[in-house]
Amino acid sequence: MASSTLLLVVVGLALLAYYFGRQRAVAVALTAPPRSVHSLPGYHGGYVALWCALPALSLLVLWQVFEPAWLRGSVLDSLPATMQALPDDQLGLVYNDIRNLVAGNAAMSTSGPEIAAAAERYTTLRNTSRRIATAAVLVLGIVVLVWAYRRVRPALRARNGVERAIELLLIAASCVAILTTIGIFLSVFVEALRFFQQVSLFDFLFGLSWSPQTAIREDQVGASGAFGAVPLFTGTLLISGLAMLVAVPVGLMSAIYLSEYASRRFRAYAKPLLEILAGIPTVVYGYFAALTVAPLLRGFGDSMGLDVASESALGAGLVMGIMIIPFVSSLSDDVITAVPQALRDGSYGLGATRSETIRNVVFPAALPGIVGAVLLAVSRAIGETMIVVMAAGLAANLTANPLEAVTTVTVQIVMLLTGDQEFDSPKTLAAFALGLVLFLVTLVLNIVALRVVRRYREQYE
Amino acid sequence: MSSRSPRSVKEVVARGIARRYLAERAFRAVGLMALLIGLGFLAFFFYTLVGNGYTALEQTRIELTVNLDAAIIDPDGARAPETLRSADYQRIAREALDALFPEVTSRADLRALYSLLSPGAGLELQQLVVNEPAVIGETRTMWVLADDDVDVLVKGHASRDVPESDRRIDDRQLGWLTALETQGKVDLKFNRYFFTRGDSRDPELAGIWGATVGSFFMLLVTLALSFPLGVATAIYLEEFAPRNRWTDLIEVNINNLAAVPSIVFGLLGLALFINLFGLPRSAPLVGGLVLSLMTLPVIIIASRAALMAVPPSIREAALAVGASKMQMVLHHVLPLAMPGMLTGTIIGMARALGESAPLLMIGMVAFIVDVPDSPLSSATALPVQVFLWADSPERAFVERTSAAIVVLLLFLLVMNATAILLRKRFERRY
Repeated sequence: MASSTLLLVVVGLALLAYYFGRQRAVAVALTAPPRSVHSLPGYHGGYVALWCALPALSLLVLWQVFEPAWLRGSVLDSLPATMQALPDDQLGLVYNDIRNLVAGNAAMSTSGPEIAAAAERYTTLRNTSRRIATAAVLVLGIVVLVWAYRRVRPALRARNGVERAIELLLIAASCVAILTTIGIFLSVFVEALRFFQQVSLFDFLFGLSWSPQTAIREDQVGASGAFGAVPLFTGTLLISGLAMLVAVPVGLMSAIYLSEYASRRFRAYAKPLLEILAGIPTVVYGYFAALTVAPLLRGFGDSMGLDVASESALGAGLVMGIMIIPFVSSLSDDVITAVPQALRDGSYGLGATRSETIRNVVFPAALPGIVGAVLLAVSRAIGETMIVVMAAGLAANLTANPLEAVTTVTVQIVMLLTGDQEFDSPKTLAAFALGLVLFLVTLVLNIVALRVVRRYREQYE
Repeated sequence: MSSRSPRSVKEVVARGIARRYLAERAFRAVGLMALLIGLGFLAFFFYTLVGNGYTALEQTRIELTVNLDAAIIDPDGARAPETLRSADYQRIAREALDALFPEVTSRADLRALYSLLSPGAGLELQQLVVNEPAVIGETRTMWVLADDDVDVLVKGHASRDVPESDRRIDDRQLGWLTALETQGKVDLKFNRYFFTRGDSRDPELAGIWGATVGSFFMLLVTLALSFPLGVATAIYLEEFAPRNRWTDLIEVNINNLAAVPSIVFGLLGLALFINLFGLPRSAPLVGGLVLSLMTLPVIIIASRAALMAVPPSIREAALAVGASKMQMVLHHVLPLAMPGMLTGTIIGMARALGESAPLLMIGMVAFIVDVPDSPLSSATALPVQVFLWADSPERAFVERTSAAIVVLLLFLLVMNATAILLRKRFERRY
């Protein structure tokens, strides 16, 4: 039986187990003295079903994990010695041929007799393995089912067992978040380590020239490429800086207006409208930056006698800033609203106008929270990808002029990883090194920002 | 001193009051302006998108009298499906166009004339014949698909008055086109291919259906994974977890994951799911896996807020009548928190639908013509389709990109509106 069918069979068996367990519990309860049955019949059913399904499923998963390796080992062992002597990657190709033959993707005639024999052996082995697995899983399921079924008695604490299982499930689910972080860190870190075996960390962090595209052929001049990431860092900072120049004043002033001046009705319409900006996919902003804003800027620059690149940092930065406005404004809105009314009333009582109160009392009181919001916004801007992929330049350019084209860390990651790639070249691995830098920088920013925001919130609660 | 000071304070205040009121008004005006900048951009944004995109709803077609000649379609008369499918239908369309311009004879001229027609013209005839073989031998008047260059010109996106070298349509072709137009044989018809087909190199044949189905499969995988996992995590952290280092770590982790750049999730997907587990590239399954890891924190945070909003009195009442803790949570708290959890889930799904950066990493940028039929077949997603079309040089893709964006935004609008309605409908005040 294929594993998916087997899975369905096990699920069916578990349903059957639930039914039997419940029936037996009802039968037992009818004959037992009143109020002597610990759990409801449903829990007895669940208890038997869990006992039936869990061991069988674990066995199935184990088989799924180990079967391919075992199959590969035994099939390759049966190959003639000349073929076994092949290097690993070629052996892998041979094995792929065998599997293609089995799957019917390759014609029998094109491959040699050794391959055909191996394919036959693969088929027999797989069939045997499947038969054994099916038998083992079913026998295990049924044996445990019978055992659990016989345990159904009035005194059995079935509910506690079932609840314990559910709780373990909940704990397992909450570990996925941790596993994701570990997964991100490990996957990026391991590949980045392989990169740093070929390119030194110092050259990467402080080198001034970035041209990974030269590493095409090994015998070429400059085959090692240049992996100095400083132009990428400055490009990222330039674009993020421009974005913050737009987003912080506009977002902050909008938040102040909405929370301090706007009437309730106006606020009820304006706030959700502004937040629509946050819900627009970034690829749409990118399209907008590339097709509408960039030509506008270019035309404007021409009329002023300035030479604006069509993929200028200014265009990408402006549009990114607009994307971040609602982010800054809604976070700042929260902190400004959290400032106690008593502080404002005190200030009004001393004769201050509204704007004086805001500037001298509310703003300083909300400052830590606003700083946290800005830090989160910066981490957003640094990690933003689609806008810069579509509207910023591709070539590394070490400049602080916003009218020129610069490239960013995220653009280079996308550039290096889309299209053809071989997985050992420093070109591909460089993307993971950049990803590691990006991950660490945003992680630090996030941790600091969240801590600042949280500490501030506790202050007034 | 004490007798003078109140008056002088009053004077100082009076002297400054005009300036201070001016500053007050200015400050207020700046705040309003900032808000209007944001909202003005939003308006500008939708104006350009809809303005660029609405023309993609229509497509230029040319009226031709097509002779479905049996000698071309089915020379041996057997009506075998294979023969019917592989016949040269483009030739039939060409001959119909030829008949309108008998004066065109030279080879080069004919080729120029034929290029007014889209390769889709033949495809349409093929479909007609395969579905209904009885039409063979008939002569029909049909609106067949025109080339995208013709389409751009007819819609007025490209000017007819610029010098010939700046046009994609040369003077001869323009002459024929004008002749067809004066006879009323060129018209704009509803562009149904845009909603029913996958990607194509020919803009007039390209559609968003393939990408929509890809996005659908991806969201299905994302929902199936992230909703149960997210709700389970939220329940554990909010109802069962003891306050200790471990749960603190999980909390910090979740908050951080919510702010990790999406492209980093793409790197994880590439390294883990594709290189290590060997899952196929470009498959919605992998896209869904990556997106569910991204959506998980959003759902967890929303679900915890929903659980927190259920008043303790409900819990205490359940416990008081003898429910176990698990029964209390599953039978009483969870149903009350479910609307809030669903709202958070829908918002998370909407974000996943608009996400494209991690999908670039796992190879969903491939050019895929076929509409995917399972989560394992190669596919692309709506936002990625927008990205691909935005990069295409053909002018006719501009309106299609905008139209695809409008469709994407409509999906997001529907999802968010559902979330808001759900919140309004089930919101309880205890």
